[in-house]
Amino acid sequence: MISAEQITNLHRLAPEIVLCIFGIIVMFIDPFVKPSGKRALGWLSFFGALIALASVRIVASNPGAAYSDLISADGFSIFVHVVVIVATALAILGSLDYLDQEDIQRGEYYALVLFAAAGMGILAGANELVTAFIGLEMSSISTYVLVGFRRRSLKSNEASLKYFLLGSFATAFFLYGVAMVYGATGSTRIDAIQSFLQSWQATHSGPSALAIVGLALIFVGLGFKVVAAPFQVYGPDVYEGAPTPVTALLSSAPKAATFAVMLRIFSVAFGSASHYWFWAIWVCAVLTMLVGNLAALVQTNVKRMLAYSSIAHAGYILVAFAAGTAVGTAALLFYLAAYVLMKVGAFLVVTHLGQQGEKRVEIRDYAGLGMKQPMLAACFSLFLLSLLGLPATGGFLGKFFAFQSALDLRQPAFVWLVVIAAVNSVIGAYYYLRVIIVMYFSEPSGDYVPTAVAPALTFALVLAAAGTLYLGLFPSRVLLMAKSAADSLALH
Amino acid sequence: MPLLLTVITFLPLLSVAALLLLKADDHVWIRRIALAASIAEFLISLFLLRGFDASDSRYQFEELHQWIGQAIHYHMGVDGISLFLVLLTTFLTPLAILCSWESIHEHPKGFFTALLILETGMIGVFVSIDLFLFFVFWEVMLIPMYFIIGMWGHERRIYAAVKFILYTMLGSILMLVAILWLYNLTGTFDLQDIQAKLQAGIVSLPPSTELLLFLAFFFAFAIKVPLFPFHTWLPDAHTEAPTAGSVILAGVMLKLGTYGMLRFCLPLFPDAAHRMAPAIGVLAIIGIVYGALVATVQHDLKRLVAYTSVSHLGFVVLGLFAFNTVSIQGAIYQMLNHGISTGALFLGVGMLYDRRHTHEIKEFGGLATPMPVLMSFFLFISLSSLALPPLNGFIGEFLILIGTFQSHHAWAAWATSGAVLSAIYLLWAYQRVALGEITVEKNRTLQDASTRERIILATMAVMILFMGIASPLFTRRMAASTDNVLRQMDRPQNALRHPDSRPGRHFVALPAPQPYPAPVTVAERRARP
Repeated sequence: MISAEQITNLHRLAPEIVLCIFGIIVMFIDPFVKPSGKRALGWLSFFGALIALASVRIVASNPGAAYSDLISADGFSIFVHVVVIVATALAILGSLDYLDQEDIQRGEYYALVLFAAAGMGILAGANELVTAFIGLEMSSISTYVLVGFRRRSLKSNEASLKYFLLGSFATAFFLYGVAMVYGATGSTRIDAIQSFLQSWQATHSGPSALAIVGLALIFVGLGFKVVAAPFQVYGPDVYEGAPTPVTALLSSAPKAATFAVMLRIFSVAFGSASHYWFWAIWVCAVLTMLVGNLAALVQTNVKRMLAYSSIAHAGYILVAFAAGTAVGTAALLFYLAAYVLMKVGAFLVVTHLGQQGEKRVEIRDYAGLGMKQPMLAACFSLFLLSLLGLPATGGFLGKFFAFQSALDLRQPAFVWLVVIAAVNSVIGAYYYLRVIIVMYFSEPSGDYVPTAVAPALTFALVLAAAGTLYLGLFPSRVLLMAKSAADSLALH
Repeated sequence: MPLLLTVITFLPLLSVAALLLLKADDHVWIRRIALAASIAEFLISLFLLRGFDASDSRYQFEELHQWIGQAIHYHMGVDGISLFLVLLTTFLTPLAILCSWESIHEHPKGFFTALLILETGMIGVFVSIDLFLFFVFWEVMLIPMYFIIGMWGHERRIYAAVKFILYTMLGSILMLVAILWLYNLTGTFDLQDIQAKLQAGIVSLPPSTELLLFLAFFFAFAIKVPLFPFHTWLPDAHTEAPTAGSVILAGVMLKLGTYGMLRFCLPLFPDAAHRMAPAIGVLAIIGIVYGALVATVQHDLKRLVAYTSVSHLGFVVLGLFAFNTVSIQGAIYQMLNHGISTGALFLGVGMLYDRRHTHEIKEFGGLATPMPVLMSFFLFISLSSLALPPLNGFIGEFLILIGTFQSHHAWAAWATSGAVLSAIYLLWAYQRVALGEITVEKNRTLQDASTRERIILATMAVMILFMGIASPLFTRRMAASTDNVLRQMDRPQNALRHPDSRPGRHFVALPAPQPYPAPVTVAERRARP
């Protein structure tokens, strides 16, 4: 007999359940599908992602904690779920024709994407550190395989191995940190840690050293996952080697989910100890922005350049993160929404332009694209300008709200942080504009034969572009959602 | 007339939609539609003149709607300062389109699209009263200009385009931080509200904060003007841009900088403006003299005209920072004059380029023989640019010099030397281009101005003469708003300071920043008298 509580628990975990069921179905029927029909499995997974997206509504109508407080189905989790699932759906649309073209159309690819998304969903809702670890591992292990999915490509194999080795190292750090926090506070639940630290601070003058060391280790593990400096070294190699649609997924959804769990751990559980982690985040934000932007300046490979750009963006997100307030959290969520759309969009354009074997991924290969494929070039320009932070695009407002939330605190440290971030976004302008220069101002190279953009990819690009513009021009609705999502967190 | 400003701002953007429906190789209709749209835009913008009340210093044709959250509004309006700058924009755009009629062969659709989007951006900057809205237009405007220089420019176009955009972005991003900070202190992005709060002392800025905010805004505008020593992007951008790009760049975009100073730097941060005025005045004078001297020795005609902008805009900045009614009116007038005269000079240079595909002065010489009409116009425009009475340039420069003389004798004296130098470089350039024997054989057979070119140049010449003779028609409409700026600069707190005191020495202790005032809703704002 299923109790009412168990049913509510299921409701609160609906998106993950839907994603996993579809993943299992895809794996199950994969052997019975002829190679020519594997593509249908992609559409099935896309359909699954859409249902998962719809099932977020079920969560929204049953807010609360599930499974003895391990999962928290609050507004915050819902917002991140939407972001993650939208990114997943777009990446699936981008994969359909790519896999055909690379001759690796397989069911398990889509299943892994869905499992990864489910892991990220758990990460977004995790109210407990071991649950967070499970989510982290679910999404990581799936993506390790996805990164190496182009089996015959050396680069892809290298990227996969690198990602796997360093990634397991990072999760070990995370786990070690969790153990220490547990030792110090006696619990792995976010709310329990929060109240323990609050009462600790009421009675003790110093911090709980063990808890802070644990937090530092957790920071290393999660910093790796969001590709923040100084843990960024693997990022560009992996992003370059991975199949481009996987890069699109990798650079967007896991980042969003990891930032979500980071917020819960830092701003909620350790919110009362923010003065211990503030400078770590500050330094990390500055380093991440500088490393990302400066390294991107000299890249000639589009995928690498976009990889460094996503490192830089992690830095901007950390600016809002450092603020640690409800306004900052809302800004961060808005940023994530805008970031995911423009980043996935940009990588999907690269997916198409790469052509078979991803041989056209140098910036110079894009010469004259503005004349040969005006719509595709315009789309790519839009994503680049949004990444640059040009007003009227979502990327600008993301930065705008992030800066605003940091300045809100009226402290010199934040003013400097914002000034550094602002100068960084001008450095960024250089390399984004360089791609536009090549696309529009250079003569087309002779040997390039443009291929038509497949309907599925067109659909994904139109969605991403429309979303980027929508967030730039009419952000009120999403901003309001982000605000109420941030309010649902028990911030310090 | 409700929605007039929205219509004026977005009509060019709307006509872009029409352009996009045309086939890319339908050159004739692309040009026709672009021209028709820009002329219609100009005619509609004339309605502003009819409905404008010269005695009212407040914003007119106001439009106010909620946009993002509580704090950001779609708020537009014009006053005596922005009125003519909007008209200048709508006046120059059709001429810029007309001058590109035959010179743009590649991708005309993209070119005219960029030009029309640019027009929307520039008008938007002039009519925005909300700082956020202002910033959106300010940045969006850069992209079409970037494309105009980068795609349709001359040999070193990419270098020039990148330099142009990076310089401007560096300036504007600091302005963004300042805007956010100002919001943080006042709780609003609305210029009127911020002004009112600062004016009434509800929010008061500590001197150091005020100075930093002033500098952040000023830096963005000084790059745009460009004030010496931030001017190095300008000669490159001008030289490499196609004619229409130069016309718009010199005619309107440089004014965005001086407009911004007058609109934001002076009324919002008067103490800081007073403190920095000596330094800025000196930079302006250096710009006037340096720009003139460098212009004199140029061997590239277009570069020469570009450097005259550095010199002329120095006058404008000088007039603004002399802080009196006459000099500020002169500065606004000089903005318009410079737009017309320098725009016309670039048009003339562009016509020479269309014939000979060079800007080198030594390639010309004796052109008055084969092209009497074109060269007569060229002389007329040069005379206007060097401020010969009774042409337009004279009025502006004269007002600035009188006004500046009232407050700073030495500034006025130095600036006058710039007026003398302008006669040297322009007349000398004219002499080398138009007079004497024909030195290059090719020039003997050059065609004189075509009907299209005559229309363009005659329109400009009429405007030059009209603005020289009928200046009261313009200054009358500016007076209330310029007085208003000066009134806004005179804060009650300042009264505690001795009027002649050295800047920065007698600041009274100001209270700490207040918590957020409650945001004012649109309904409340509308109810206000």
